[in-house]
Parts: sequence; C-alpha cells; structure tokens
Amino acid sequence: MQDDCEDKRMGKTLIEKILSGHTAVELDARRRLIYIDRIFLHERTGSIALKSLHESGRTVARPTQVFCTMDHIVDTFPGRGDETLMPSGTQFIRATREAAREAGITLFDVRDQNQGIAHVVAAEQGIALPGLTMVCPDSHTCTLGGLGALAWGIGSTEAEHALATRTLELRIAKTMRVTFDGGLGPGVTAKDMILHLISRYGANGGAGYVVEFAGSAIRALPVEQRMTLCNMAVEFSAVTGLVAPDDKTIDYVRGRPYAPSGEKWQQAVSHWQTLHSDPDAEFDRELHINAADIAPSVSWGINPEQTIGIDDVIPEPAGDAEQKNYMRKALAYMKLTPGQALAGTPIDAVFIGSCTNSRLSDLRAVAEFLKDKRVAPGVAAVCVPGSTQVKKAAEAEGIHLILQTAGFEWRESGCSMCFYAGGETFGAGKRVLSTTNRNFENRQGPGVKTHIASPLTVAASAVNGVISDPRMTAILPSVKEYVR
Amino acid sequence: MSLQPFTVHTGVAAPFLQANIDTDAIIPSREMKLVSKQGLGEGLFAAWRYKLPGSREPNPDFILNQDAYRNTSILLGGSNFGCGSSREHAVWALSEYGIRAIIAPGFGSIFYNNCIGNGVLPVVLPEAAIQALASACETDPQYQQITVDLENLCVTSPDGTQFAFQVEANARKMLLNGLDTIGATELHAAKIDAFESADQKQRSWAYL
Ligand code: SF4
Repeated sequence: MQDDCEDKRMGKTLIEKILSGHTAVELDARRRLIYIDRIFLHERTGSIALKSLHESGRTVARPTQVFCTMDHIVDTFPGRGDETLMPSGTQFIRATREAAREAGITLFDVRDQNQGIAHVVAAEQGIALPGLTMVCPDSHTCTLGGLGALAWGIGSTEAEHALATRTLELRIAKTMRVTFDGGLGPGVTAKDMILHLISRYGANGGAGYVVEFAGSAIRALPVEQRMTLCNMAVEFSAVTGLVAPDDKTIDYVRGRPYAPSGEKWQQAVSHWQTLHSDPDAEFDRELHINAADIAPSVSWGINPEQTIGIDDVIPEPAGDAEQKNYMRKALAYMKLTPGQALAGTPIDAVFIGSCTNSRLSDLRAVAEFLKDKRVAPGVAAVCVPGSTQVKKAAEAEGIHLILQTAGFEWRESGCSMCFYAGGETFGAGKRVLSTTNRNFENRQGPGVKTHIASPLTVAASAVNGVISDPRMTAILPSVKEYVR
Repeated sequence: MSLQPFTVHTGVAAPFLQANIDTDAIIPSREMKLVSKQGLGEGLFAAWRYKLPGSREPNPDFILNQDAYRNTSILLGGSNFGCGSSREHAVWALSEYGIRAIIAPGFGSIFYNNCIGNGVLPVVLPEAAIQALASACETDPQYQQITVDLENLCVTSPDGTQFAFQVEANARKMLLNGLDTIGATELHAAKIDAFESADQKQRSWAYL
C-alpha cells in the first residue's frame, strides 16, 4: 500500500487492488478516503452511533447498504423478547430499534428470522461479498475477510463518519502475507491454525499490518473455516485479515439473499476472478508456516498467544522480567502450573458459539462427535448457533436433538456467553472450554477461567469431562469434510 | 451538524498558569456520568470549583467563581496543558462551559487534537507572552479583554501588543469553517458523489 508501489513493484497485492478500486478522494500523499460498500451495526455500539448522528442533524447517506442486528445484549434463552439479563439492556434494544427505523436501514430484530451475530449474518445473507469494503463498530468484523472482503472494525465516531459520508480514511497500513503450506493433520482446523500463528508470533505479531492468508492449506479450507481464521486476525493485532476469493468462495456466495444475480452476478464473478495478489507482488513482511506442524491447540493463559498444542506442556515463565511477570499472572489466574499438560485437566463447562465457530459446518462437526454420546456428569454445556438461520438449518438436520440428547442446552442465536457485561455467566472460578476468540481475564464473567479451542476439541472434551485431544476418538474420519 | 466557526474572538481571559493541568483536573472521572457528549459543563474543574467532591457548592476561591471572571471564554494556561487521559470529555466540558480558545506554552497532544475536532482553538505562545497577557488583563478582566484572530494568526493584548502564532493548515481550515472530521470530509462530497456514480456503472453488482 505504499504510494510509490507502482514505480517499484510490478505486481499488486490483493489488498492494494481492493484499496485502489475504492479510493474516492486522495487527500494527500499519505491520506485517502476509502469508499465503504457496506456498514453493519449492532445494538451495543451501533445505537450510540445512530443517536449521535441524528443529534448532529446528519442522516445515513446510503441506507440501503447499512444493516443492523441484535446480537450482543439480546438474551439467548428460548422464548426471549426485549427483556434481558444485561443491566439496562432493554433500553439499548429499544433505542436501536427506534434509531434503525428512523434512519431507514435494514434491522434484523430480536424475532426476525435473519437475526444473528453481525459477522455471521453478513456472510450468510450475502451482505458481505468478495472485494467489498465493509466496516462495523465491532473488532471481529475481520471475520468477513474469509470471503475476500476488506472488512475491519471501527469506533463509534468512525461509524458516524462512514454512515454520513460513505467513506473512511484508512491510514496507510503495511501488508503481510502469512503462507500456510502443506496438509493439516486429522482433527486440526482453522481455529488451530490461527491459534498456532498467534502463539508463535505473539499477540502483537500483526500490529500495523493488513494480513493476507495464502498457501495450499488455505486454498484447501472451506469458506466457513476461512472465516474462523480471519475472525482472529484482530487477536494477532492486525488491522484486518483476508483470503483471496476462489471458486469455493464464489460457490458459497451464489444465491444468497443480498448477493447479485443475473447479469450483475456475471460481472461480479469476472471481477472476483481478478482479486488475487499478482505473482510478483511484494509484501512488507512474509511468514511461512508448515500446516503439518500444527496440532489441535488450546489456550492455557489469559491471551490467545498463551496457547499450546494439545501434546505440549505449559511453559515455564520465560523472557524479560515483564514477560515473566505476565506469564506468572496468567498461571495464577488460570490456576495452572508450568510443566503441566493441559490434556486431562478437568473442566466445569463447555461453550460452543460466537462469531468464531458457530456456523452450520461447526455445528455439524460437533454433532458428528456427540452422536450417541453424553456430556460428562457435572459439565455444563451450552450451544448457541451463530444466527437464527443456522439454528433453523441445524434443526432441519436434527443437530439440536443430538446435542440436547448429549446434554447440551440449545439456545436462540446471539453472542451470549462469548462475553460478559453484567448478564449471564458460568460463574466465578469455573474452568470453561470455549470455541470463542478471547480468553481474557473475566471475559466470560468475573473469575471465569476460559480456554479457547476448536469445536472438535471442545466436543471431545465435553464427553470426557477433561481437556481432550480430538484425534483420540474413533469418530474423527467422519468429520473430514469439516476442514477439507 | 457543524461546530461554531472560529474566526476572531474577543473575550474575558482567566489565568491558569500552573504547568501540567491534566484532563482529570479539567473533568474528573466521576463527572462523566452519561454516554453523551453533553451535560459536562457543570463538571468542569469540579475538584477545584466546588467545596466538596460531588457537591455543587461553589468554592469562592476558585477563579471562575469570581465576579471579575464571569463569562470567561479564554484560558491562559501553563505548559503541557491538557496532558493525561485521552478523554474527549475534557474538551466537551470546556466547550459547553463557553471556552473558545486556550493559550498555553504547550498542550497534551491528544487534547490538542480533540480541541481542533471540537471547535476550540489551542494557541501556542511562549511563556513570556502569556505572562504579559495575564498582567495586562488582571486589573479589570471584564474590560481588559483579549482578542484571538485565527484569520490573521495573532493574539492582541488589551494594551495593544500583538503576538503572532501558528496553526497547522488543515486544522486552521477546519476551525475557520466550523468543521468536525465529518464536516471536513463533507467538503469532498462532490468528489465522493462523482466517484460513486462512476463506480456504480463499473461495479453495479456491488450496490444495493
Ligand atoms: S460473538 Fe463474541 S466476539 Fe463475536 S461479535 Fe459477539 S461478542 Fe464479539
């Protein structure tokens, strides 16, 4: 994205192609206004942006390209309405409904059949598409990079800016390519790939970069897995992450409600076929990872970089004094000791859900694991589909029955216990194995000890009642389709 | 919306010459009660302005509570004015109270940018100039007013002395036109429209 790239570099990166196609105004040599194709809002931060925009006497410039959902605050208990466990949550829900109506944007309301987690709904409805620019006042907007969109999280004031002007200034970021080559082992998923990357290069490894994920292991991933991978680009501190669209992406997008059709579809497809980094394109930084080296991974600490392969043991505090202190703090919070294996550690609860791992393919793989099995006694188990559409589709396949029989609660869609804001939690001191993206202290409630892992690892562990290696189960061959 | 444009302003100036007046002093955390940019003026300098924390009983010793300084709209500050926490509430509180310009030897950098973004003019002058301005006002602040002229980039003391200052060109333009960042982008509306209509022909599939 250097401005002199045309002189020095023959080829263009995918990122440069998308950005140069969206440059509405060159402000000066380093600053440009990027045209924003889609804006997504949710009731926690979007309501404030809409309210503030309204108070300033401005309007939403292109309401047909702005969408809003109820996901963060809304309860996920069956039969839910506007009432919520979250303090003052109901006001947020009602204020969002009112603001969305006034602004004339599309709202996926509490009882709408298309309600769900913003980043799940955006892909499922064809609102996010390859090559589009998209923003949402939510850090995990990068999920949509899995489709080949340039999508990133913003603040409320920036959301106001995008809503009013259709543009945002994107400060020049550097480009990074992370290449995963080789084949993933059985039972290893995109979640393990991204956890492996973050644990190896650190939670700051991607700071200041837009990251393109490439390589044969990425091409082999189904589109929903690519979204899981990109979802955690922000946990790598990247501005965002993305995967070049290919035939799989095009098949995935085809026929979705807001995707183009007819002649426009043809135009879109020919455009998408140009969306890849040219062979001679140069990146500011390149990383290479051998996919075969990746094991099912589980976090042991209070940041996703504190992750190990399921075969490894928790490391001794190392590095400078500050790093050592941070590790000691994590060990104390998680009540773990260096040298200890995570496999075999008893758990109190499992959570399957969130914008990381709650799409239909995730739930299918979990159901394969849980068929004719029971969650271990004493382990609380909750599954929250990523959208109302995912829930419906899963129910049509009987997935809910398998999970319920196994002992899972089967919920309405939303963010639910992915994060805590005064509402529901598993309880202080509980050790939770979760398919979510953040294992920060108190993220799932005061004192909750969160370990993050793939849905396969979580399902296997739910049955055993202890953190378990999903490769040690007979069922594995039948979930092959999940990752390939 | 747009902010009140800043061209030339003449008003009562109050001296706050101590160094490092931070944003927590300008607006204490406990005064930021709402998810709103409004309702903050009352909390401005609350720890100094009122007798007890949380109370609203004026402290008569505090300069802005004194009759001579009623309707203050210009602050004369010490070095590193507005340092500390990034809270934009500090500027919202000053602005709601009626402060239009702050003259100081230096500013906290986030605070400085927040001032520009909210239509408050931060003027950097040497400490000696600020001392001279403060002495020129002190016998009768209500009548010995200061003029801050952004068009001509100069501050005029009640005794007629003038002090030139500098403001970055883009910031000056925003203040002169009363633009916030959205307002600044709106100046490019014609270009954005042109981009959009050309793009809509090329990428009709991307538009809803
Ligand atoms: S599911 Fe979790 S990470 Fe995703 S948007 Fe909701 S709260 Fe954020």
